[in-house]
Amino acid sequence: MDTNTLILMLVATVAAAIPLIFAALGELVVEKSGVLNLGVEGMMIVGALFAFIVAAETGQLWLATLVGALAGATMALIFGFITLSLMANQVATGLALTIFGVGLSAFIGQGYTSVALDGIKNLDIPVLSSLPVVGKLLFSYNILVYLAFAAFIAVTWFLYKTRAGLILRAVGESPSSAHALGYRVIRIRYLAVLFGGAMAGLAGAYLSLAYTPLWAEGMTAGRGWIALALVVFATWRPGRVLIGALLFGGVTIAQFHVQGLGVEIPSQFLSMLPYLATIIVLVLISRDAGVIRLNAPASLGQPWHNELH
Amino acid sequence: MSLKDAPPRLELSGITKRYPSVIANQDIDLLVQPGEIHALLGENGAGKSTLMKIVYGVVKPDTGSIFWNGQAVQIRSPAQARTLGIGMVFQHFSLFDTLTVAQNIALALDQKQDMQALSARISEVSTRYGLPLEPDRLVHLLSVGERQRVEIVRCLLQEPQLLIMDEPTSVLTPQAVRKLFETLRRLAAEGCSILYISHKLDEIRELCDTATVLRGGKVTGTANPKIESSKSLAELMIGKELPAYNRTQQRQVGEPRLVINDLSRATDDPFGTSLEHIQLTVHAGEIIGIAGVSGNGQQELLYALSGEKPGISTEVLIKGQAAGGLDAAGRRDLGLRFVPEERLGRGAVPEMSLELNALLTGYANGLSKSGFTQYAKIREFSKACIERFNVKAAGPEAAAKSLSGGNVQKYIVGRELMLNPEVLVIAQPTWGVDVGAASFIRQTLLDLSNTGVAVLVISEELDELFEICDRIAVIAAGQLSTAKPVAETSIEEIGLLMGGMRTSPATEQRAI
Repeated sequence: MDTNTLILMLVATVAAAIPLIFAALGELVVEKSGVLNLGVEGMMIVGALFAFIVAAETGQLWLATLVGALAGATMALIFGFITLSLMANQVATGLALTIFGVGLSAFIGQGYTSVALDGIKNLDIPVLSSLPVVGKLLFSYNILVYLAFAAFIAVTWFLYKTRAGLILRAVGESPSSAHALGYRVIRIRYLAVLFGGAMAGLAGAYLSLAYTPLWAEGMTAGRGWIALALVVFATWRPGRVLIGALLFGGVTIAQFHVQGLGVEIPSQFLSMLPYLATIIVLVLISRDAGVIRLNAPASLGQPWHNELH
Repeated sequence: MSLKDAPPRLELSGITKRYPSVIANQDIDLLVQPGEIHALLGENGAGKSTLMKIVYGVVKPDTGSIFWNGQAVQIRSPAQARTLGIGMVFQHFSLFDTLTVAQNIALALDQKQDMQALSARISEVSTRYGLPLEPDRLVHLLSVGERQRVEIVRCLLQEPQLLIMDEPTSVLTPQAVRKLFETLRRLAAEGCSILYISHKLDEIRELCDTATVLRGGKVTGTANPKIESSKSLAELMIGKELPAYNRTQQRQVGEPRLVINDLSRATDDPFGTSLEHIQLTVHAGEIIGIAGVSGNGQQELLYALSGEKPGISTEVLIKGQAAGGLDAAGRRDLGLRFVPEERLGRGAVPEMSLELNALLTGYANGLSKSGFTQYAKIREFSKACIERFNVKAAGPEAAAKSLSGGNVQKYIVGRELMLNPEVLVIAQPTWGVDVGAASFIRQTLLDLSNTGVAVLVISEELDELFEICDRIAVIAAGQLSTAKPVAETSIEEIGLLMGGMRTSPATEQRAI
């Protein structure tokens, strides 16, 4: 394998990891507030579809990206209303949200399966992009890739360096205590859930506008579920979410190459590898019960209401 | 200091709060003067906590008015209460385990804080009031007493004019209680009023200037605790005379029934405590108490004794048989009965009826036959238990969670007692139980030991242990002290041991 192939593989790895970075960071913030939203896959695919529709109808890629995020947030709002205001079970509601999202997108998206789209282009920064090696590795992605990494820094900074992040973590740790101190638990959780939805929507928009600029039914292919698993196995730490996402991207690209080489392994098995490898690695590096207990939001998944406590 | 002309710090007038099934507060009047330490006295369920939540803005009253320094106010939120100058230290601490001391305090302050400056202020206030704290430590690493200091310092940083303390001493060693009282007296001398909620009468008599007594959601009287006796205060509180204990002085102690033999258990839980070389023998007809501040290994010891976490077979001997490797059912077959601290969820299934909860531990004692449940017998058993142990319940069909804490406890204790125990291990027998039910349960344990049962009580209530036990040991940091006869020790000495001062190595004098 020559340097050029290696660079191409690394670039492709990053590109494949982006949807997971978006979605998992969003879900991380949601779970840190104590809410478990299993609807990531559903929010992601609805985001992908609506972003694609806007792009196909108007050609405005920026607007399309924004609409993708809004569509995800709208789905999240439904989830928030049912679980936070009506206090329904979060697991059941999240599962239903995914089923709803997958079905809805398949239905509305029928007319768009054969539409061609000029996706979001990679940046061409004068001088930087044409640098040897570094130019390809660092300065040749589309803008959403940089946005994902910016989101990683922003979320980490928010959670561990700001007062608002401290409040969010406190709400996830003990909503009753936070309420007793005068914080508005339900409102904070709503905001977290909406942020998670918008990030899942962005992940979807990236898929249908940049990664593979087309619409296909079920095109998120379980990435929402992997994002959920990433958050848990990364023991709710943004750094490990990033590592897990890149690992997933890496194995995805590697197995494509193996398939391309014509190795006698069933392609279904190879397609399964990224999911399997990511989970196994994260389970192995996160076995420490103490670390889990220090980082896991203690109230995760439990409905909370002022009058109940 | 002349505060006579100032208006009352806090005045409540006609406060009423109704919940769907119960009136928590009915027409409550309360008057707290500046610099006064005012006790709010009452049994569990008397409405003390609801009233304090109203003052702190957590709960809104249905009717009634609140005057703060003479001005009528409506307290809509804890944030507003803090702005007025009201601070509250909660009974179950409202701290966040995975955050640091400084972060926990920052969360309670309303403005954005520079963490460095805040740490400096924490150190300053904590030294001024003799409440040492390290701002950068994670809260889950702190002892219960230290956690309470965090809560108090958190309030003090807001320079409160009224400090509400909800059952502050229930988790402290006697020495820590004394230090707390010094701090509180000092605060009061500086003009801060203190509302002190408790059901511990001797503490109230020692600390407070005035006491308002609540019963069933109503004020039943105001008293000067310095003049009243504990007995007269208790009678105001429960509305009837307190029964005296009936205890046989000369007790016959039989053969060893429960032997804990060099029991060590490492914990992998960062919030847990490892047990180190626990050594104890409980004889037939004897009550042994284990005192200690919670979180010093009690939970781990209970799991090891009940069989929920079996270990090496020789670590625990029941009636001379190696039982350390047996699970809970195996130990029950040997005659061990167990009453855990968590009544709902571990001692009983909350959603299930009382009769089905009897089946949980009674299946081997005739409540089931060849794998089939004997409903008639279960009902009979459950009815007998309710009657014999004075359980206030709608009947055997009532769900366990519909009972008050004291009544669930009476039922669970009764259930285990009716299953012919030879060894009884019981944790926090009267925690959260009202005075009447508590004295009933204590008397029941005394009677039980008179019939030759070996009883091991793990409790944080020292008074209780001194009332009923023959010998008392202390668990601190996972180590157990030698069990000493009650007559040869004192609350002082036990308190020192609870704080981690070791007097003698844990060797059992009356060992096997």
